[in-house]
Amino acid sequence: MQIIKRRKIYFIISALLVLTSLISLLLWGLNLGIDFTGGTLMEIEFNGDQPTHQEVQEELADLELGQINLQSTGQQGLILRLKDIDEETHQKILENLGWEKIEEKRFESVGPLIGQELKGKTAWAILLALLAIILYIAWTFRKITKPVASWQYGLVAIAALFHDILITLGLFSVLGHYYNVEIGLPLVAAFLTILGYSVNNSIVIFDRARENLLRVNWTDFEGIINQSINQSLTRCLNTALTTLFVLLAIFFLGGQSIKYFALALIAGIIVGTYSSVFLTSPLVVIWQKRQRG
Amino acid sequence: MGIFTKKANQAPRGRKTGKIHWTIFFIFLIGFLAAFLDAPIIWDKPVNWLNNQLGLDILPDFYQRPFKLGLDLQGGTHLIYQADLSNVESGNYLDSMQGVRDVIERRVNLFGVAEPVVQVNKVGSDYRLIVELAGVKDVKEAIKMIGQTPSLDFREKKDKAETESILADQEEIQEKSSQGIEITADELNRLLEDPYFKPTQLTGRYLKEAQLIQNQQTYQWQVSLQFDDQGSQIFEELTRENVGQPLAIYLDGAPISTPVVQETISGGKAQITGNFTLSEAKELVQRLNAGALPVPIKLINQQTVGASLGHLSLEQSLKAAIWGFIAVLIFIIFYYRLPGLLASLALLIYVALVLAIFKLIPVTLTLAGIAGFILSIGMAVDANILIFERFREEFKSGKSLGGSIDEGFSRAWPAIRDGNLSTIITCIILYIFATGLVKGFALTLGIGVSVSMFSAIIATRSLLRWFIGGRLEEKQKLWR
Repeated sequence: MQIIKRRKIYFIISALLVLTSLISLLLWGLNLGIDFTGGTLMEIEFNGDQPTHQEVQEELADLELGQINLQSTGQQGLILRLKDIDEETHQKILENLGWEKIEEKRFESVGPLIGQELKGKTAWAILLALLAIILYIAWTFRKITKPVASWQYGLVAIAALFHDILITLGLFSVLGHYYNVEIGLPLVAAFLTILGYSVNNSIVIFDRARENLLRVNWTDFEGIINQSINQSLTRCLNTALTTLFVLLAIFFLGGQSIKYFALALIAGIIVGTYSSVFLTSPLVVIWQKRQRG
Repeated sequence: MGIFTKKANQAPRGRKTGKIHWTIFFIFLIGFLAAFLDAPIIWDKPVNWLNNQLGLDILPDFYQRPFKLGLDLQGGTHLIYQADLSNVESGNYLDSMQGVRDVIERRVNLFGVAEPVVQVNKVGSDYRLIVELAGVKDVKEAIKMIGQTPSLDFREKKDKAETESILADQEEIQEKSSQGIEITADELNRLLEDPYFKPTQLTGRYLKEAQLIQNQQTYQWQVSLQFDDQGSQIFEELTRENVGQPLAIYLDGAPISTPVVQETISGGKAQITGNFTLSEAKELVQRLNAGALPVPIKLINQQTVGASLGHLSLEQSLKAAIWGFIAVLIFIIFYYRLPGLLASLALLIYVALVLAIFKLIPVTLTLAGIAGFILSIGMAVDANILIFERFREEFKSGKSLGGSIDEGFSRAWPAIRDGNLSTIITCIILYIFATGLVKGFALTLGIGVSVSMFSAIIATRSLLRWFIGGRLEEKQKLWR
């Protein structure tokens, strides 16, 4: 496959995807879950027939809870989302809905303080992880300094990573807008995995390039890189496939709680495989060409 | 090409196969031990059968150890309390928190919950208390009990006559209930009544502080109490009336110490002597201070998962993991044939080993943790795929089986190493800096990836090398 030669096509595809994601993110933003914003999530199941959303709203009206978002799950399930409340109010809600009529399956109430803290901590952890990865790639590729410096591989890997995460985030921005899918802590774990996966893919291809570059004269940089991608192609596809098998199983069989976790990973791995094959190596080649003038 | 090939080809075959037999033996031994630990039934069933057949009872059952499941999988509640330390001197923060922790822990123990977690957590300048109750039924009641500020009070002895009459009544009621006769509410109250001590006016409100001291002469540990002005007066009165009698100290309605009054004590300073060990005395001081120090706590975060939802999540995620794993095994066997089959074997050993490690450490398994584990399986498969792709390349170019195996491994190794190490680095950072769910994810993924290096490099490789020089080596179709 002449991947490097046809790089323009791939750049355009990626640019379009990234652009769409950015627009969606700017327009609708991310639907952050209560883990980060603070608030209450209550999942209940009605023993008998489920009342209409309006009836539920009316039953809770006298508690002055502010806005309550209701979402039905399945035949009898209902998820309530509202501001964060104390235990007393929690009990009153249960009382108003009728103790005997419902079973409470899940209750989470997060104070705004904890949400802020979690946001900060998670952001720090991700930043540090990114930094460590750049440093590690720069170090492990230190032997190849020509024709491009080792830290450049690191930066390109990070660029591919942003590409992958951005597109996945874009997808979730759309899902959040249309299907009320929230980004909570589990999804952060999914994004972190995509991050690791994306870097891993880049490393495999760069590793092949490293091996080829050390072995032959590197005057035909473009040719060697193209050869390296082709040699890594089966591996990238097979690995993506095996991982997708597992993730599809989780998506379809794993139940509600980790469905979107699996979906994020599925999207991330498809985009990640694409970017590591069609994006990272052409980027390295372009950078090298620029340097030479 | 072939920096490594020569070495491999030159090595004398006979000796190598001798060594390889042992390696294979140990790999299977580890695999079986891990599998037994994961599911002792695999060992117990055949062993019981054997014991029965022989009519002997020599072989014991395998070591039983359960998986530790997180709250989201077994149901339970996770509570975070913020402590209000505005009335405490800044030097005493940690001590007060330890005291509160101690009290809450005892309250929590009343619920009969297995392994409750009560931890003090400092975030910035805030002190928090994290309480985790797995499988608790009545969360509402639990929250109510935990939320009370610790109550400390002093109690004096009841009249001998009264004590006897209560004890007699209680015995009678107990007799009745054991015969199956229903008891009334009044009788129940009587049953719960403390036969020995009655409350006094003196409560923790009047206690300024408790301190740990050592007697200068006897070197015994003692607990010294200091009451405030009002408390000193009540205390003086109480001690005057009760010389020679015990004065019990109750925390949350349960006695923690029953010192005997030696003399009337004025001035509000008292010592509790006894054969305390250092840790006993320390604990008493902490408890007294917990009751004395007003440290109100406020619930700021609650996560409760019903047991039914937890079981469902566990069942579903396990089902998904198993089907996904089977699909992966089928794929690599069809695509890579004999090497794929061997890799599947290595992966099975890998899964058994990781699960055994989770049991032994023990790692608390949550949904995110299971996801991390499943992902590490993915990475273990990836390592095998990397190796086999290189192996095929070499084998197709006409190299010998042994040469291709060695070449495949040494060529694939840098990519596996770099990929796995960067994942491990990420996991370590996340484990240190992130919280809760992400932490669990990082832990299982990190352990999984570390062990996967063993699975791919040692297990798969040894299994492959087993076939060098054997009859199957000539069957090209099996390998390509």
